[in-house]
Amino acid sequence: MAILSEEQTMLRDMAREWTKKENPVGAFRKVRDEKLDAGYEPAVYAQMAEMGWAGVIIPEEQGGSDFGYMSLGLVLEETGRSLTASPLLASALGAASALILGGSDDQKSHWLPKIASGEIVGTLAVDEGPRHNPAKTEVSVSGGKLSGTKTFVPEGMSAGLFIVSAADGVYLVDGADGGVSRSDRSMVDQRGWAEVTFDGAAAQKLEGGGDDLLDQILDRARIGAAAEMLGMASQAFDVTLAYLKQRVQFNQVLSSFQALQHRMADLFGEIELMRSAVENGLTALDDKRGDIAMAASQAKAVANDAIHHMSKEAVQLHGGIGMTDEYDIGFYLKRARTLEQLWGSSAFHRERFARLNDY
Amino acid sequence: MASAPADTAQSDSDTFRAEVRQWLEANFPASLKGNDNSLSSVEGPTDESADEKAWREAVGAKGWGTPTWPKEYGGGGLSREQAKILNQEMSRAQAYNPIGGMGVMMFGPTLLEYGSEAQKKEHIPPITRGEIRWCQGYSEPNAGSDLANIQTFGEDKGDHYVVNGQKTWTSGGQWADKCFALVRTDKSHKHEGISFMLIDMDAEGVDVKPIRMISGMSPFCETFFTNVKVPKENLVGKEGQGWTIGKRLLQHERTNLSGGGSAIRMPSMPLHAMAKTYVGVNDNGELDDGELRTKISDFEMQWRSFLGTAMRVQAEAKTTGGVSEVSSILKKVGTKLGQQRAELMIEIMGMKGLGWEGEGFSDEELRSTRTWLFGKATTIYGGSTEVQNNIISKRILGMLDHQ
Repeated sequence: MAILSEEQTMLRDMAREWTKKENPVGAFRKVRDEKLDAGYEPAVYAQMAEMGWAGVIIPEEQGGSDFGYMSLGLVLEETGRSLTASPLLASALGAASALILGGSDDQKSHWLPKIASGEIVGTLAVDEGPRHNPAKTEVSVSGGKLSGTKTFVPEGMSAGLFIVSAADGVYLVDGADGGVSRSDRSMVDQRGWAEVTFDGAAAQKLEGGGDDLLDQILDRARIGAAAEMLGMASQAFDVTLAYLKQRVQFNQVLSSFQALQHRMADLFGEIELMRSAVENGLTALDDKRGDIAMAASQAKAVANDAIHHMSKEAVQLHGGIGMTDEYDIGFYLKRARTLEQLWGSSAFHRERFARLNDY
Repeated sequence: MASAPADTAQSDSDTFRAEVRQWLEANFPASLKGNDNSLSSVEGPTDESADEKAWREAVGAKGWGTPTWPKEYGGGGLSREQAKILNQEMSRAQAYNPIGGMGVMMFGPTLLEYGSEAQKKEHIPPITRGEIRWCQGYSEPNAGSDLANIQTFGEDKGDHYVVNGQKTWTSGGQWADKCFALVRTDKSHKHEGISFMLIDMDAEGVDVKPIRMISGMSPFCETFFTNVKVPKENLVGKEGQGWTIGKRLLQHERTNLSGGGSAIRMPSMPLHAMAKTYVGVNDNGELDDGELRTKISDFEMQWRSFLGTAMRVQAEAKTTGGVSEVSSILKKVGTKLGQQRAELMIEIMGMKGLGWEGEGFSDEELRSTRTWLFGKATTIYGGSTEVQNNIISKRILGMLDHQ
């Protein structure tokens, strides 16, 4: 665990308390059962925003607390633990980062306060196919009008602001624009995924941030996703360990079987490495280091693989009960896979890491 | 059966083959060509069409749904060789065996071995005609891998037992007519206190609650027995012999799970072909994801080796007449590879491999998600991978129990 400031510790504890008391996994089950359009409960996100979580990385003059990525990562870890369905990752981290990095003063002062207050949800609309490939885009922009289709947009159903990638840069599109249409995609994790079509929608370019603006934005989002996965993996581990210590077969608790002990010891190690990779990414962002791209690919690939392994073992080690919908552990498996694909699979990031290191 | 005088085995076979061919032509409805009945036991009863009913009844009357079972109980009374010919001719005619389920795969063979004459006369014929659905009352909430820990208790009341307890993972319990169950009749002995009983699912005091799985389907149930009266005629074997009989039945289950269970059935399109569609190729015609490319080739090599192993086990069994030690790895390896394949499908299809329902996904993509999720059960049921590993390390490798 990174060394946290007193304020960061308070923020984390607050998030931990809140998710335990107000938004445990049962709350997600309710969202799932009720098939809410947005893929989350808007009142819950309003509450999160009220606690300041939507403005953690946003500068104070735009309504945030300028508290940094590590701090937001701590919150994402806790909401990952409880599988809280909310647009925190897409909006408060993804869209906010895009504006902070590339927005003009006007764009910032128009959108950031709304993101910080939770009044609107922003999201990244990047991919145009089922596999992450930001280099491939057919979105066209002419005369300030943007056209094209983006697939598997997280929180695409509720977003009031889209950060849209095009061949010549990154654009802002107001979700209320008449040229925006969205179609719900029901994914295995039951969150608010959508396919979004822009048909001559008014678009403003993000002029700042340089040529690799899209990469910079995506890297922040990837590290944020890794933080959410870290929380999920830690929780799946804790729940599985508790189960093994309590379940009795052959007159013994399962945790007394060496074969199972060793599997848990392996997972323990993997999750510790995952934590280091995530914290390294978050620190790289806060310190504005030069190796952010590498840190992001490392965090995402390591996190993908750790949650992949952990989610498989969690179900297997629970045995039959882990296969039931009534039990929560299956939700972790389902959410894990969409996050593993979002903004780059492990193969994508290993390839990128090699490229970044010139081999 | 009426057959030509046995001049040579070959002419016998030819005569039989001709007989089968003729019978199939006369009885198999052309409308059912190419149908597959293999999932019906998992998905529950579907509405039977007139042709399907006629086909089931024709096969049932002939006993050819259970070709090697004795004729006196409604089986086909065929030799292994004849059954093989029947099978070949069925595939040739694109026909399927309409008689299936747990009664055929597990319970029937066990009852033929251990049942009384009266029990065989009562229970086997309806199985051979596909009229009765059986379910398995084995696992309980606290008796999964440790199956002998069952607590469902049958109290001796003279001419009947009164059964109380809860079973779980009852496959198809909501559709079954009868249940073969492990019931404790003696609390002082763990294994020797178990008896094998047949319970009517519509008897008073039997309640069934489907269990929803992470795949969204409910192929299993919880079954509750509250003061259920079970006549003593429904005890198979002797009191306390249930563990022996029950284990014998599990051998039939394992043969079925590793032999061709849905988890390890090879689908029509190989992974690499599917990957080319979803991922695309580079200028050299290679899959445009180097890591995925080697993962797929690794999987395809492993899969071929697994199939080779399964065939080798079969060939060895034929020549030696016994089951080879190698067969002990088939379930765990086959199910592992099945799961690995499902995970690879997600890597290939990306977000399209994670659709739950509705717009934006093909039927095949949606099915793939459910198969991936349900496939997680294959390493848990029918003797989990951990139990298989225990069997291999202790019984095959002779490694000592750590206790």
